[in-house]
Amino acid sequence: MSSKQKLLPETPSQTAGPYVHIGCTPNFAEMAGMYDEDLGASMKKGPVKGEEITIIGHVFDGTGKVLQDAMVEIWQADADGAVASGDPNFTGWGRSAVDMETGQFRFDTVKPGKVPYLDGQPQAPHVTIWVVARGINVGLHTRLYFEDEDEANAADPILSKIEHKSRIPTLMAKKQEDRTYLFNIHLQGEHETIFFDM
Amino acid sequence: MKQLPDNAGFLPRDRSWHPDALTPAYKTSVTRSPQKALLSFPGGLGEQSGPDFGHDMLGPLDNDLILNFAKTGEMALGPRIIVRGRVIDQHGRPVPNCLIEIWQANAGGRYRHKNEGYQAPLDPNFGGCGRTITDGDGAYEFRTVTPGPYPWPNGMVDWRPAHIHFSLIGHAFSQRLITQMYFEGDPMILQCPIVGSIDHKEAIESLIATLNMAEAVPMDARVYTFDIVLRGRRQTFFENRWEGL
Repeated sequence: MSSKQKLLPETPSQTAGPYVHIGCTPNFAEMAGMYDEDLGASMKKGPVKGEEITIIGHVFDGTGKVLQDAMVEIWQADADGAVASGDPNFTGWGRSAVDMETGQFRFDTVKPGKVPYLDGQPQAPHVTIWVVARGINVGLHTRLYFEDEDEANAADPILSKIEHKSRIPTLMAKKQEDRTYLFNIHLQGEHETIFFDM
Repeated sequence: MKQLPDNAGFLPRDRSWHPDALTPAYKTSVTRSPQKALLSFPGGLGEQSGPDFGHDMLGPLDNDLILNFAKTGEMALGPRIIVRGRVIDQHGRPVPNCLIEIWQANAGGRYRHKNEGYQAPLDPNFGGCGRTITDGDGAYEFRTVTPGPYPWPNGMVDWRPAHIHFSLIGHAFSQRLITQMYFEGDPMILQCPIVGSIDHKEAIESLIATLNMAEAVPMDARVYTFDIVLRGRRQTFFENRWEGL
């Protein structure tokens, strides 16, 4: 293909706005029955391999206020580290509207295995995250890593290239009781989450 | 020499074409915009792949907003339109099997949502959401009514132009996009702080659907055309087949 070929510009992003739930999670938006189930509401369709975990968290604005209108999506490998898992019972993709009162998002999933990076090096177990909301003009990409994977995290090809090491904890999900991991997302401020342009 | 994976990643996103994170005229962006630089890395397999949706998950009325919430024998109120177009990548290739989800206000400018504060009435026969999956040519189609413009809490008298929200899941998480479609000729477009979050005039114009009367359905619906471009994959030197197919 000629290097002179002109690429089309990508369609520009616009905010998801306050009513993203109508289109993406209509059952949650009190339009029960529009679709059988909100897409991404369940990532497990039956027994799955690996350690079953729950990921919870909140999205905070720059004043420390919890967003009550955000939508979070995740995409991840299965327990064996296979992206686009061959396991018919595991979708790998989840979508959660945050609770309109508490602002909490929640995913019932499995802990992902190690996925090789482009150069073949293993990446630490991680979950790819995408956040949209009113006031966010372009959806934000980040990654969730697990704080209890010290060794793998230390060797991770992305984490090890991050210049400001003090910011790495913003990507670490903290282990709670009952196989739950807490991952809070800070849109700005002192604890601003690392967002990626990937 | 190490063999590069078939999938060499995506073209970098031209951030100047998209809105900045901080656009003060759109007030909510002030406390919701990251202030530190995004970290740029080639995505891993996670970013370069994504969920797959089968056409069989769609109900027969999922892309028909005139009927999909209406009581049997009734229809949504408002000017009937068909919105159709193609989803292509930056190389101009079709993006088949792309999940498109849309949402919009009713013809009076009112959303069916518990947080909605505008006094215009709900239409009992209009829900305001629809979805479809592109065909092998990247083509899609919705039937709906033109959404009304509406006032929103930002400036004292800010009104949104009529618009339909589009969410697209193409072949990879890196391509994930939410945007809004506007209507040709609407005088409110260029007054809108959300539209104004985009700097380039051509970028704004790419969000305006064109009225296509040649395809209008007699005594039924006008047609608006709206094509969408998702990020394209990077070409590799040794590439000998089309990626993404």
